[in-house]
Amino acid sequence: MVTEAQVWDALAEIPDPEIPVISLVDLGVVREIEVKNGHVRVDFTPTFLGCPALEVMRDAMAAQIRALGAEPEINVCLDDSWSTDRITPAGREKLRASGFAPPAPREATAPTLVQLQSNAHRCPYCGSTETRLENIFGPTPCRSLRYCATCRQPFEQFKTI
Amino acid sequence: MNEQEQQLLLEIADDELILGWRDSEWTGIAPLLEEDVAFSSIAQNEIGHARALYELVARELGTTADELAFDRSPDEYRCAPLVELRLMDWAQTIARHYLYEEADAIRLERLKRSDDPELAGLAAKIDREEAYHRIHAQMWFDRLQGEPRFAAALDELRPQAAALLDSELRSEHTSELPELLEEMTMVRRSQPAGTKW
Repeated sequence: MVTEAQVWDALAEIPDPEIPVISLVDLGVVREIEVKNGHVRVDFTPTFLGCPALEVMRDAMAAQIRALGAEPEINVCLDDSWSTDRITPAGREKLRASGFAPPAPREATAPTLVQLQSNAHRCPYCGSTETRLENIFGPTPCRSLRYCATCRQPFEQFKTI
Repeated sequence: MNEQEQQLLLEIADDELILGWRDSEWTGIAPLLEEDVAFSSIAQNEIGHARALYELVARELGTTADELAFDRSPDEYRCAPLVELRLMDWAQTIARHYLYEEADAIRLERLKRSDDPELAGLAAKIDREEAYHRIHAQMWFDRLQGEPRFAAALDELRPQAAALLDSELRSEHTSELPELLEEMTMVRRSQPAGTKW
């Protein structure tokens, strides 16, 4: 009989479809797993609502659970429970190592332009804080574009959500 | 969810879907590469919000999000005329963007206080994404403020923004809606390609 720990391990093998250096578990989108009589329910929270990777993630989780010999039920939670704060420390380090600046912590109030334009964001390549905002939007909804004045390298910054 | 709430969610979902479609018309041809990327992302977010809202309403009505989004007749849509306009003028596009985000923030604040925890939770999630749209709209507002063309666009579109917060002003559609729906549902209506999508 499949155990909850086995399901967590199996889901930790699924790469994020758009940023394959981190897994769905690193990304923090798996909120809860319940195993009952060979039936596995996963509560899954989307990152961005318009993320085209949602279906891919859902189907990949279902396939992994079937491979364990259990019947999957993927419950998509359309609420505010996912935040970039849920990305694990290991996930943040993997992001940084592959050139994505990890998100700043979520604050009580919504982000502001002043914050985004500040140099509080660190370059993932050289560690400098001499970076500037190039564009609030990037190649996917979850990223912004920044430029590092120290190593003269553009980089992608995870938006704080 | 009562009927009034269903109608309100449909209004917001229709606004987000149609505006998302209009925003996507800048993909590839915006005046700056950064704005090409920005409007494409904003369009993607808005359509994602529409889908989530349609899903909530669809469950209540025993239908699907796709059927609500694509299979109604033009007169059944509840979107505000402002979002229907095809605006391929940058000053007008930014004016609408600014007016829309301003009104959208007000209605999201109301929804976040809903007694229905599912609805309040979804509104909170949408609002976190919209925060970036608002920063973007404000940045362009500040940049274009004082430009006569932008001022004229705001004057022209502002009266229509009232409908975003008033159901009674949504009964009439612009003449542009049927053609937009025709374009938007073309793939879905094509057999067999549409079924594969």
